[in-house]
Amino acid sequence: MSPRVESSGGNEKQNRKCSASTKSHSSTRQSPVGEKKMSAMQEISPHVRNMKQLQYAVLAKRASRIKEELRQGVRKPFKELIEVCWGDPHRGGVKPLTFVQQVLAGCVYPQLVDSDKLPVDVRQRAELLLKGCAGGSVGSYTATRGIPEIVHRISEFITSRDGGAPSHPENIYISPGSQWSLMNVLNVLVDGEASPRTGVLTPRPCYLSSNLSMVGLGAVTVPYDLCEERGWELRVEELHGALESAKGVCRPVALYVINPGNPTGHVQSRESMQEVIRFVSEKRLFLLADEVYQDCVYGEQSEFLSYKRVLMEMGPPLSDTVELASFHSASKGFMGECGLRGGYVELVNLDPAVMKCIYKLFSTDSCAPVLGQFALDLLAKPPQPGDPSYPLYREETQHIRSMLVRNVKRVFEVVNGLPGLCCQPVEGGAFAFPRLHLPPEAIQRAEEMGMQPDVFYCTRLLEEAGVFVSPGCEYEPKKGTYHFRFCIMVPEEVMEELLRRLSSFHTQFMKDFS
Amino acid sequence: KWSCFDVTRMSQHAANGLPGRVKLLNVDNMNPNVKRVEYAVRGAIVQRAVQIEKELKEGVKKPFDEVIKANIGDAHAMGQKPITFLRQVLALCAYPELLEDDKFPADAKQRARRILEACGGHSIGAYSSSQGIDCIRQDVARYIEKRDGGIPSNPDNIYLATGASDAIVTMLKMLVCGEGRDRTGVMISIPQYPLYSAALADLAAVQISYYLDEDKCWSLDVAELKRAVDAARQHCNPRVLCIINPGNPTGQVQSRQCIEDVIRFAKDERLFLMADEVYQDNVYAEGCKFHSFKRVLFEMGPEYSTAVEMASFHSTSKCYMGECGFRGGYMEVINMDPEVKAQLTKLVSVRLCPPVPGQALLDLVVNPPQPDEPSYHQFTKERATVLATLAEKARLTEQIFNTVPGITCNPVQGAMYTFPRIALPQKAIDKATEEGLSPDMLYCMRLLEEEGICLVPGSGFGQREGTFHFRMTILPPTEKLKIVLQKIREFHVRFTQEFS
Repeated sequence: MSPRVESSGGNEKQNRKCSASTKSHSSTRQSPVGEKKMSAMQEISPHVRNMKQLQYAVLAKRASRIKEELRQGVRKPFKELIEVCWGDPHRGGVKPLTFVQQVLAGCVYPQLVDSDKLPVDVRQRAELLLKGCAGGSVGSYTATRGIPEIVHRISEFITSRDGGAPSHPENIYISPGSQWSLMNVLNVLVDGEASPRTGVLTPRPCYLSSNLSMVGLGAVTVPYDLCEERGWELRVEELHGALESAKGVCRPVALYVINPGNPTGHVQSRESMQEVIRFVSEKRLFLLADEVYQDCVYGEQSEFLSYKRVLMEMGPPLSDTVELASFHSASKGFMGECGLRGGYVELVNLDPAVMKCIYKLFSTDSCAPVLGQFALDLLAKPPQPGDPSYPLYREETQHIRSMLVRNVKRVFEVVNGLPGLCCQPVEGGAFAFPRLHLPPEAIQRAEEMGMQPDVFYCTRLLEEAGVFVSPGCEYEPKKGTYHFRFCIMVPEEVMEELLRRLSSFHTQFMKDFS
Repeated sequence: KWSCFDVTRMSQHAANGLPGRVKLLNVDNMNPNVKRVEYAVRGAIVQRAVQIEKELKEGVKKPFDEVIKANIGDAHAMGQKPITFLRQVLALCAYPELLEDDKFPADAKQRARRILEACGGHSIGAYSSSQGIDCIRQDVARYIEKRDGGIPSNPDNIYLATGASDAIVTMLKMLVCGEGRDRTGVMISIPQYPLYSAALADLAAVQISYYLDEDKCWSLDVAELKRAVDAARQHCNPRVLCIINPGNPTGQVQSRQCIEDVIRFAKDERLFLMADEVYQDNVYAEGCKFHSFKRVLFEMGPEYSTAVEMASFHSTSKCYMGECGFRGGYMEVINMDPEVKAQLTKLVSVRLCPPVPGQALLDLVVNPPQPDEPSYHQFTKERATVLATLAEKARLTEQIFNTVPGITCNPVQGAMYTFPRIALPQKAIDKATEEGLSPDMLYCMRLLEEEGICLVPGSGFGQREGTFHFRMTILPPTEKLKIVLQKIREFHVRFTQEFS
């Protein structure tokens, strides 16, 4: 293999050079005791080093300790933690869907399919799914894109969702969660050693894993501000501004949008999406549309439209030329099967030669976990009216839906009723992202303790009220603004308890620091 | 609005916009590293095999009724049955209502309860922490301690992953840096499992190849390692040594002496050792034994055990479980600088977490039924049967291939594959060159078209210049395997005659 020879350039060069001590490669050198480690910090990929350390990790440690103390019977103002820092409905207490659990069990242990333990349609679905598995086992590898029958059903689901706009199975890849396929697509777009660096426009605030993936690949994130005062709306002027700011810094190749938004909960209007599409076309950017919360839409005026649909309905030339990757997942929505790791990407209008390379890239991952693939199948084709499991399925999903609608309403009421807290309406997604107007004393105390002000607030909230939320700084919002994010996909009783604890804590906090 | 489109007839190409127009993202501006990624195990020959399967389904007449996919180490695909106990526990985890069902044994229920207790909301559908569920990592650490004669294992050093491949790529991603002559060099065997070459190409690391000795049953010679690393120092910064033991595709099981030599070499040359040990239970040959790198390292005393840094990898896809579809695996990191470990922990968080069912499965593998538990007998019997069958097939394969003039087969000491050397007539080599194929690809393509047997050409794994091989799995059921071996024998004779 021929060695890579780098062209020098870029101000990252200092970071990238390995330490001088590794240059003395004498082959007969003895290693003295106490010599520095082989894998020292200087010899770690600079892209990896540039990835932010998460605040979450610190808070998670505290949360673990608190849980342990509770287990040991230590007296606290609360009996258990309310963990709402991740978009994880099951962790939050939402019950998994019975149909999903039954089908998975039947697939994992097919002896169940022969018995009467499971309803007829569950058994039929398990049999159907197992037929698509080599050797009839969920333990077999699958085709790279995913089990062909499942990929096909996903393409039908997409077509139906998008009012008939055609979707081709060969443009779809199932992966272990949507972030995995986002990373693969980014890998094709981003040359980590390029000069100038590759840039990706990302929203501010933005879901942290996506930003980290980009940095980890050696890309530069170019933030565009979302407009908090208008419900976190995306404004095309901000996109233009972001591009301007990238001049001389990096070469932007893509625009990343999250719709419905994370952490913001904003659901884009068709007009806004059309503006985005026109923008990427004009500026020759690849469009990355993270749509994992498409099933979570609550606002009465809101409707989820996929970027693919809006693009196709804009007609040629845009519909033939804008290059788009759209991501979805079984982790969100009613199913909430985060732990199974099932997600997919649909690629639209890509160059066939590039598609071949993408195929090879996915093939090195072997395939997505089979149970995750099954979860996507159930997402694409849930029980239908007339199926034996339908009544229970409908009851469970309706329950979750009304729970979410109520939670969103309560959050808006309660949080906006607290002085110093203000929350935009949650139109969609899994989170509320209230703004903290912290008293100067609190900000000062935080600085004294070497913490970001919102981390300080969240730490206190965790310790004193047993509510584990995520500090806003994780999402890199506008400087000088403070927020926190919490998941709204929890049972109603849990939400009430959360809001009760939050109100009581917040009132006390504001008093303490005024 | 879309009624004029017949979706089923629309080609992917037509669905992807105007042909002939220069695309925004094209081969000239995409990440050049990705262009160099190849993964033969799922490459062109497999795609052709899938196409042939489709044709068979559509009723096209062929000289065979089915395609035998002996290209990939997938035991269940070839008819191996899952281990009952494992699937029982996983079913209980998937649908906890079954815990009330008396058809499931008590030990399965106990393990399911324990796993569910450790999951958020008592559901395998919740995210776990990025490093993996705590109690499972503790179980893995205990398993390693037991396996390695009591040498301590710290659960904090265990990272659960989406298969071993995920962990391997993550480590490499972390370790590759530098520019020009400082660029990280990574040593990997020839032949090798092509995940390594693919990852190195993707990361633009420098691949430093060291040849295994085919004449000595694919053994590893430290002198060869030295030759390779010295040559490499001219143009890169060698920092990592990857070793697959038992080997893939070669199946060799390294001797203890060899492992000690490698460890000494890694220490002297200051190389981070990556020990891919996913086939550790797949050892068949008399006189061969699996020695974990970690155990040998620690038994060599503190001069080595405090200095050598390494990561070892294991998986639920191989051994007796063969549960590839669960994507379960782990790595253990040893002697890693704490600051570096913090970077690793940070890096794994981007993928959120490994699949929880895979984590649960791994827990069962490291925590199997004990002699006093109800499932013990059946579990032990099933496991022993799987491993004994594999051993028998390994022996059979070597025996039959060595009866074919022009095929030389080393003993399959372990793993799941055979990598025989095939003698190809010059005319065949010339024909291949004409067609722009490597000669063993031509051979394998012909075999596929004529007999419906899908193998992977040796060129996909790397081999000495002028030699040709193929990799075949030993996984088909014994009777079918005999037929496959027979057909390959006949094909080889025909092929040789045709091109003489």
